[in-house]
Amino acid sequence: MPEVAEQQSTSPKLTVKDFQSDQDVRWCPGCGDYSILAQVQRVFPEFLHKKENYVAVSGIGCSSRFPYYMNVYGLHSIHGRAPAIASGIKSLNPELDVWVFTGDGDGLSIGGNHLIHMLRRNLNIKTVLFNNEIYGLTKGQYSPTSLVGQVTKSTPMGAIDYPFVPVAVALGAGATFVARTMDRDPKHMQEMVRRAERHKGSAFVEIYQNCNVFNDGAFFAYTEKETRDENVVYLEHGKPLLFGKQKDKGVRLNGFTPEMVAIAGGEFGINDLVVHDEKDSTLAVILSNMIHNPALPRPMGVFLAVERFTYEDAMQDQIAKAKARKKEGELQKLLDGDEIWTI
Amino acid sequence: MQKSLKTLDEVTIRFVGDSGDGMQLTGTQFTNTTAVLGNDLSTLPDFPAEIRAPAGTTYGVSGFQIHFGSTDILTPGDNCDVLVAMNPAGLITNIKTLRSGGTIIVNTDSFIEKNLKMAGYTSNPLENGSLNNYQVHKVNISKLTANVLADMNLSTKFIDKSKNFFALGLMYWLYNRPLDQSIRFIQEKFGKKDPIVAEANLRVLKAGYNFGDTVEIFTTRYEVRPATLPPGRYRNIMGNTATAIGLVAAAKKAGLQLFLGSYPITPASDILHELSRLKEFGVKTFQAEDEIGAVCAAIGASYAGGLGVTSTSGPGLALKAEAINLAIMLELPLVVIDVQRGGPSTGLPTKTEQADLLQALYGRNSESPICVIAAKTPADCFDTVYEACRLAIKFMTPVICLTDGYLANGAEPWRIPDVADLAEIPVKFAADPATFEPYSRDPMTLARPWAIPGTPGLEHRIGGLEKEHISGNISYDADNHDFMVRTRAAKIERIADDVPLQEIDGEDQGNLLVVGWGSTYGSIKSAVNNARERGNQVSFVHLRYLNPFPKNLGEILYRFKNILVPEINNGQLIRLLRSKYLVPAVGFNKIRGLPLVTEEIEERMYELMGDNHA
Repeated sequence: MPEVAEQQSTSPKLTVKDFQSDQDVRWCPGCGDYSILAQVQRVFPEFLHKKENYVAVSGIGCSSRFPYYMNVYGLHSIHGRAPAIASGIKSLNPELDVWVFTGDGDGLSIGGNHLIHMLRRNLNIKTVLFNNEIYGLTKGQYSPTSLVGQVTKSTPMGAIDYPFVPVAVALGAGATFVARTMDRDPKHMQEMVRRAERHKGSAFVEIYQNCNVFNDGAFFAYTEKETRDENVVYLEHGKPLLFGKQKDKGVRLNGFTPEMVAIAGGEFGINDLVVHDEKDSTLAVILSNMIHNPALPRPMGVFLAVERFTYEDAMQDQIAKAKARKKEGELQKLLDGDEIWTI
Repeated sequence: MQKSLKTLDEVTIRFVGDSGDGMQLTGTQFTNTTAVLGNDLSTLPDFPAEIRAPAGTTYGVSGFQIHFGSTDILTPGDNCDVLVAMNPAGLITNIKTLRSGGTIIVNTDSFIEKNLKMAGYTSNPLENGSLNNYQVHKVNISKLTANVLADMNLSTKFIDKSKNFFALGLMYWLYNRPLDQSIRFIQEKFGKKDPIVAEANLRVLKAGYNFGDTVEIFTTRYEVRPATLPPGRYRNIMGNTATAIGLVAAAKKAGLQLFLGSYPITPASDILHELSRLKEFGVKTFQAEDEIGAVCAAIGASYAGGLGVTSTSGPGLALKAEAINLAIMLELPLVVIDVQRGGPSTGLPTKTEQADLLQALYGRNSESPICVIAAKTPADCFDTVYEACRLAIKFMTPVICLTDGYLANGAEPWRIPDVADLAEIPVKFAADPATFEPYSRDPMTLARPWAIPGTPGLEHRIGGLEKEHISGNISYDADNHDFMVRTRAAKIERIADDVPLQEIDGEDQGNLLVVGWGSTYGSIKSAVNNARERGNQVSFVHLRYLNPFPKNLGEILYRFKNILVPEINNGQLIRLLRSKYLVPAVGFNKIRGLPLVTEEIEERMYELMGDNHA
């Protein structure tokens, strides 16, 4: 797993409180966003980074209010554009620890273009996408992740748009780290945030987040204790895709097609299951598409974690090379150009 | 044979041919040589949006006009004196730009039936007497080029592509220019990479020159002596180059990293190209996924403490509107360069226009005052963009810098400034947590502090939502919003205290004042000069600062009986002047994708003067 060495901060050890801003949190009571805020604030102090180097960038929507509640540098920008703004910030100053907080509408609809291009460039920026399969701030229209047939304010007869699978979009865009987690599994979410932070490159974390006002229970099958074990498979590097309360079920590959199998006393044993490999981008795509088969469990965890050069490093590198080759640019020479005459 | 030498004060030459014929290269080479000889000059590249339109078609014609002289040259010339036509399509589409009695040099080899038909000629103009009003020199350029290269075993296609160097060589001979600059160019461009190509082009260039010298059809050579420009060191410069190096100079002077976020768009792309080659200056260029991404990345760079710049043309400016408003709300420095082109929509991508003025001022939602300035000549792009950077930083605001297609691709001699003489651009980042408030303001400029990430103790949140005065926290308070709207406007108005008062060219009162902005400077100035030579009193004001206007502009306008506002749009500056100053200004508007014609401005001036003109 590509990881960056944790930097030693010169400042005293930070705590959760250091990351809490003085602003009142204005999300609806019961919103899944509270859990995300709590987990991020809990994990950030562990990184031992300088607090002043964190920058939280967001667009528009419920999720995008996130930076106001974090006591770090925060930029609450315009709808969908956070990835582009973050790209400018990180390119200018690669020392900064840049996080994008976005939602399914902000990140995948109006800002879809910026998101995929940021991911393919592999800037070392962490993106947390709160997926609630609905537009919350505009009060309940369907989003690009809403399900076909979903009845919302703007789809009284059900949505006819075929939805995006956020992790599949990220994989298709060439992200080097792609993970999925959920609001009601704090420990797992914390681990995904940690993993994203340690990854050097574009990290994309989708969080299933309940909107208890406009789309309550959208993910309950996966997030509630009673049903979670039967419906979720946790991806762990080097381990078989095993799930179920009794760990008696698994996922095997039939050719390129994943299928669910019972492993107790059946045709297949544990050795027949897919063993997860975070570095296998083909496997990651197959796993991301399991969502299309309702018989299959929903994968949670790190789909992919691979290494590739980052955009900002390559940019700095070219500048260093140009300076070495042509010497540090001299302004007067630039103004003078190649052909001068004197009068 | 003995050839006579005639001295001219000025001359305008127009090279025309297929877009694949290398007319832009030919024109640029002639320009560079002419610049180094010390002539004053002005150029007008005029080419189609199609990269390689089908050969021989009228819509595939590419032209390059250069006006040079020993006098003060202000425009690329209303009409040309010499038309170099490489094919019939070039001749038929450009003959109207040639003055009566002017000279035509044609490549007779391309006047074959197929090409004549494609151009729309029913009979050969070289034979049917239709060119009797002109001096026509018929040269079989293609064949002569082929002859020179006969022993080199080159493809027909390559030979055909070299013929522009023959025309160039011939024009060098005719106007008594040395070959060395172009020889050096060919050697540098092809010498190492492809010595055979270099050799072939050199041969053809020299053959063109020698052809003029030996063949008897040219009995006279012309000489254009150096112009009497103010003393100094000069170079030839195009507008987009001047813009690019102006940005580098401003960033360097300010001690900031320059960051350009841009998306390719005609005619602005060369700014991106130029800056992407200047990495040794620490310049960061980011070719974004779209126009919005480009401006947003530039805003991010400014937020992080760099000089964020985005370059575009009109359609791109439209896309950037929302993000520019974010920068207005965040009160961050941002320089937006709009190289205007013909519109609306895709319009005329390669042609010039100055119809984005109102878009620049008003093309955003709600109350969003912004500083707008405009360049007047290719070299002035340097000073104007430098000033845009200075104001953006000093007032913590976006500044829109307007140039246009003509300035971008046009060229003129530039007196190179000494780096030490460039205006200082002081930058102060906030650093003290004890006193920092995100939206406190400098009492003079009303600028807020620039607090960049990475500064300990200044962690704060800003965004597009309305802010509370001083604290910058989100505020929906009615009175606060009213106050903040007025404060943002007042800040832009304060810029007028920081820029020079408007100068008047001519008397400070009288019958007629001509008011212009942007690239029409040369045409208007020429028209004013002509009118004065005929004994008329005309005054001229050319505006760099379009928002806010210079503080004394109103007083100036009130002292004249008539005000004429020539523009390459349907009346935009005139609306601003009328609404702000309530003056009965009249317009002169031509929206042809080309610079205004001096003579036509002059006529309009006389119309306004009534019987009072000389």
